[in-house]
Amino acid sequence: MTTLSVQTPHTNAFPPGATSLPEASAVSGEHSVSIRDLSLSFGAVTVLEDLNLDIHDGEFLVLLGSSGCGKSTLLNCIAGLLEPTDGQIFIKGRNVTWEEPKDRGIGMVFQSYALYPQMTVEKNLSFGLRVAGLPKEDIAKRVARASAILQIEPLLQRKPAALSGGQRQRVAIGRALVRDVDVFLFDEPLSNLDAKLRSELRVEIKRLHQQLKNTMIYVTHDQIEALTLADRIAIMKSGVIQQLADPVTIYNRPKNKFVAGFIGSPSMNFLDGELAEEGGRPVFKTNGVSFLLDGYSASEPLTPGRKVVLGVRPEHIKVDADIAGEEIHEAIVDIEEPMGADNLIWLKLAAHTLSVRVGGARRYAVGSKVRLGFDMTMASLFDAATEERI
Amino acid sequence: MANVSTFDTTSTVVTDAAVLATTPSRALEGPSGRKPKRRLSRRNIILYGTLGLAALYYLLPLYVMVVTSLKGMPEIRMGNVFSPPMEITFEPWVKAWAEACTGLNCDGLSRGFWNSVRILLPSVVVSIFIASVSGYSLANWRFKGSELFFSILIIGAFIPYQVMIYPIVIILREIGIYGTLTGLIIVHTIFGMPILTLLFRNYFTSLPEELFKAARIDGAGFWQIYGRIMLPMALPIFVVAMILQVTGIWNDFLFGVVFTRPDSYPMTVQLNNIVNSVQGVKEYNVNMAATLLTGAVPLIVYFVSGRLFVRGIAAGAVKG
Amino acid sequence: MAKTHQSARPNQLFRNLNSKIASIPMIFVALVIFLGGSVWTVIYSFTNSRLLPRATFVGFDQYERLWGSARWLISIQNLAIYGILSLIFSLVVGFVLAALMDQKIRFENVFRTIFLYPFALSFIVTGLVWQWILNPEFGIQHIVRSLGWETFEFNPVYDPDIVIYGILIAGLWQGTGLVMCLMLAGLRGIDEDIWKASRVDGIPMWRTYLFIVIPMMRPVFITTLVIIASGIVKLYDLVVAQTSGGPGNASEVPAKYVYDYMFQAQNLGQGFAASTMMLLTVAIIIVPWAYLEFGGRKRG
Repeated sequence: MTTLSVQTPHTNAFPPGATSLPEASAVSGEHSVSIRDLSLSFGAVTVLEDLNLDIHDGEFLVLLGSSGCGKSTLLNCIAGLLEPTDGQIFIKGRNVTWEEPKDRGIGMVFQSYALYPQMTVEKNLSFGLRVAGLPKEDIAKRVARASAILQIEPLLQRKPAALSGGQRQRVAIGRALVRDVDVFLFDEPLSNLDAKLRSELRVEIKRLHQQLKNTMIYVTHDQIEALTLADRIAIMKSGVIQQLADPVTIYNRPKNKFVAGFIGSPSMNFLDGELAEEGGRPVFKTNGVSFLLDGYSASEPLTPGRKVVLGVRPEHIKVDADIAGEEIHEAIVDIEEPMGADNLIWLKLAAHTLSVRVGGARRYAVGSKVRLGFDMTMASLFDAATEERI
Repeated sequence: MANVSTFDTTSTVVTDAAVLATTPSRALEGPSGRKPKRRLSRRNIILYGTLGLAALYYLLPLYVMVVTSLKGMPEIRMGNVFSPPMEITFEPWVKAWAEACTGLNCDGLSRGFWNSVRILLPSVVVSIFIASVSGYSLANWRFKGSELFFSILIIGAFIPYQVMIYPIVIILREIGIYGTLTGLIIVHTIFGMPILTLLFRNYFTSLPEELFKAARIDGAGFWQIYGRIMLPMALPIFVVAMILQVTGIWNDFLFGVVFTRPDSYPMTVQLNNIVNSVQGVKEYNVNMAATLLTGAVPLIVYFVSGRLFVRGIAAGAVKG
Repeated sequence: MAKTHQSARPNQLFRNLNSKIASIPMIFVALVIFLGGSVWTVIYSFTNSRLLPRATFVGFDQYERLWGSARWLISIQNLAIYGILSLIFSLVVGFVLAALMDQKIRFENVFRTIFLYPFALSFIVTGLVWQWILNPEFGIQHIVRSLGWETFEFNPVYDPDIVIYGILIAGLWQGTGLVMCLMLAGLRGIDEDIWKASRVDGIPMWRTYLFIVIPMMRPVFITTLVIIASGIVKLYDLVVAQTSGGPGNASEVPAKYVYDYMFQAQNLGQGFAASTMMLLTVAIIIVPWAYLEFGGRKRG
C-alpha cells in the first residue's frame, strides 16, 4: 500500500478554476461528483488515501485498475455503502459524506446483478419506489419508461431465475434507471457475462449514456471497456489515482510506467537504458545500441547519462516496407504468434525481446532478419527511478 | 439376444447381466483382468452386512417400544422384551394418554402433551425471530463490538446450563415470572440463541452482499431489508431452525423441571414421573406407550423433514 | 483545503441504530446471562449460601466439602468412565459408519435415517427404553439365560458396578448418529482427486483412510470432539430417566449433583461449587480448542 511513489495527478488535466471548492462549482453545475481528500482504512490496511476526484456533469468516467486497487471501494464510498475514514464526498454540490445511500441521488448496477430473487422483474424495478412510498401511477409510469428504454417489457412478469445473464443485467440497469437519479454507478457490470454478450451490452451502455446524458461512474478491470466507454479514465493502483485523462491521452501519453504497462494488449515494450547525445541529437542507448529520439516531445530536458526506460507499443514499431523515414534497426525473429487479423512477432534486438504487431497476412520465418523502425513520436520515456514520464 | 443365440447356443440360457457377473468374458479381446463390479463381491457382503447389523442395533429399541406397548401385562410377564405380541391390544396407549397417574393427577400424558404444545409454539416463534434478527444484524449491519458479543454467545453455548441456571432463576423471580410460561419461553429463547444465531448469521453471510447493497440503494432500511428481501430468501433456513427448536424444546427436561410448576410440567417431565414413579405395579406396556407418545413428535418431525434435519445439525457443527 | 468545509461526522453511537436495538437481546444474553451468570455462580461458590444465596464468603469451604463427599467422587468417576469411553466409541463407531456410508452405497438415505433417528429422541425417552431393554427379568439377561446360558450376568440397571456402562450403551445409541453425520460431511468435503490419486498410486484403501484422509479431517475431528465432550459434561437427563442415579449413588453424575443440591437439598453453595467445577472442566476442553481454532486463524 505505498502511496508515496506517485502523486495524484488529476490537477494537471484541469484548468485551475476546476479545483475550486464544490460550493462554487455547485452553482455553475460543472461538477456532478467531487471527492475531497478521501481516505479509507480497515484497521492497519489503507485502501484509499487522500484521494481527490472531480467528475463533470454528464461525464462517463471509468475507474480502471486490477483487483485490490481500491476502485470498487471508491465506488462504494460514493454510493454510501462504505464509510470513509476521512474526507468528503459531494454530489451535485451537496455534501453527502454521511448521508444514506438512498438520499444521494444515485443508482447502482452490480456485477452479480443483485436482483431480488423472489420478486418479478416489475417488482424488482419498483422496489425502491415502493419503499419510498411513491403513488402507484407514478411507479407504473417510471417502470414503463425504463423497460421501454431497455426493451425488457416482455420480461416484466418473470422472476430473475428465468432470465438470461444479459437480461438480468438489463433489469439491473433498469432498477437504477427508474430511480431517476443524477449519477449512475456501475460496479463491473459486465464481468459475469460471456465475451459476446459483454461487447453487445457495452455498446448498449454507451448508447444509454448518449441518450440519458447522466453522469456515469463505471468500475472495471477490463481496459477495452474503459477505452471504448469512457470520456475520461482514472487508472488506479494501491488506492491512488495514477492518471486521469481521456482514453487517447492515456493510451498515447501514459503518465508513468505503470499506466503504460497496464493499458494496451499486448503490452508495451520496455527497454532499460540511458540517455545520450550523438551528433547533437538526443539518443537512447541500450546494450550498445543507440536509438535516435527524433520526434519525441519531452516535458523535461533530455540530459545525457540519465537512466531511463523507453516504452514503445507493438504497433508503433514499423517493419520492413512500413518504415517511413525512421531510423532502421535490425532484429531477428524469435517466435511468431498469428492471431487472425494481426500477427504478433517476437524479436530479439540488443539483447531485448520485443513484440511487434503486423498485419495478419504477413508471415516471418523464425530466425529470419527483419528491419525495424521505431516511431518515436508515439513512444514514451520514463525515468528509471521514479518511473514518471519524461 | 436372439441374434447371439443363433451363433452360440451355450450362452442363450444366461442373461447379459449374469454373463458380466459370473463368467470372465474371454471371447472379447479387451482388458485382461476381471471386471470388478459384481453385486455379491466379498467387499459388498462385508459392507452391507456391517451396515445392516448396525441398522439392526439402532432399530431395536424402536421395535421394543412398539411391541411392548402392544402387549398386555400377562404376556409381558411370560415373554421377553423382543418377542412379538401374540394378542395386539391398544389398551396401554389409551391408558398412557388418558389415565396414567403422576402424583394426584390421573389424566394421563395428555396433560403433559398440551403443556408441551403450549410451551413449544411461543418458544419456537420467539426464539427464531430474535435469533434471526440477531444473525441478520451480525451478517449485514455489523457495528463495533458485535463480533465480540457473538463470540461470547458462542462460547456460552458450551457452558453447562447448571452454571447459569440459578442466576436466571433469580432474574426471573425478580421480574416476577419465575414458574410461568413466559419465563420458560425466555429460557428457551436464551439457550436456543447461540446455535440459531450462528445458523442465521452464516446463512445471511452466504447470501451475496450486493443484494443487500442494492436494497440499501433502493432506500430500504434495517427492517424493510429483513422483511422484504432477507426473510423470503431465508425460508429454508427458517425451516431448519424450526426443526432444531421443535425437537430441542420438545425434548427438554431440565428447564421444564426447573422453570415450571408441577401442573404445567412438559411431557418429558411427566413421562419420567409416570415411568419412574415408585408407587404401584410397574406397567411396562403403558410405560412404553407413553415413551412412544412422547417421542412421537420429534420422530415425526425427523422423518418428515429428512435431509433438512441433517442440514440443521451439520450447519451449526461442522463449520462455525 | 476542503477541511474548512468538513461536515460533522454523525455520532457513532447512533449509526446503525436499528441494528444495535435489534441486537439488544443477543448482547443481553451474551453479557448478562452467559458471562454475568457464570461469574455470579463462581463468586457465590465461595459463600455458605443454603436456601437462598448469601454473600457470606467462606473461602474454599464448599470445595473442601465437595471433594470430601463420596457422592461427588462417584459422580466424577462415573463422568470420567462415561466420558472417555463415549468419546472413543462414538468417534470410532461414527467414523467407521461414515466411511462405510461413503462407499457410494445404495440406500444411503435409509441407513442414514436409521442411524440418526435416535438423535431426534430425548434423553428421557432414550433412558426409559434402555432401562426396559436392559431389565434383568425380561431384557437381555433374561433372553441369554433362556437360550441356555443359565449363569449369564448382565444387569446394568441394578448392578452398581456396571450401571454406568448401561448408561453408556444408551448414550452411544442416541449420539453416534450425529457423529456419523459430522464425519460423513467431513469425508464428503475431501477432494475427489485425493481418492483418484491414491488409487493411481496403488495405495490400499485402509491406508488412504489412516494416513491421508484422517489427518486431513483433523478439524472435523476436533470440532466433533469438542461437541461430544461438552455434551458429556452436561449428561443429566439420561441418568435421571434410566437409573435416577441409582442403585444407591452408583450412577450419579456431576450435573445431577448440582441440580439436587440447588433445588432439592437446598444447599446452594454446594451446587455452585459443583457447577463451577463443571465450568472448569468445560474450560479445560474449550480453551485450547478456541485457541487453536480462532487464535490460529487470526495469525494465518
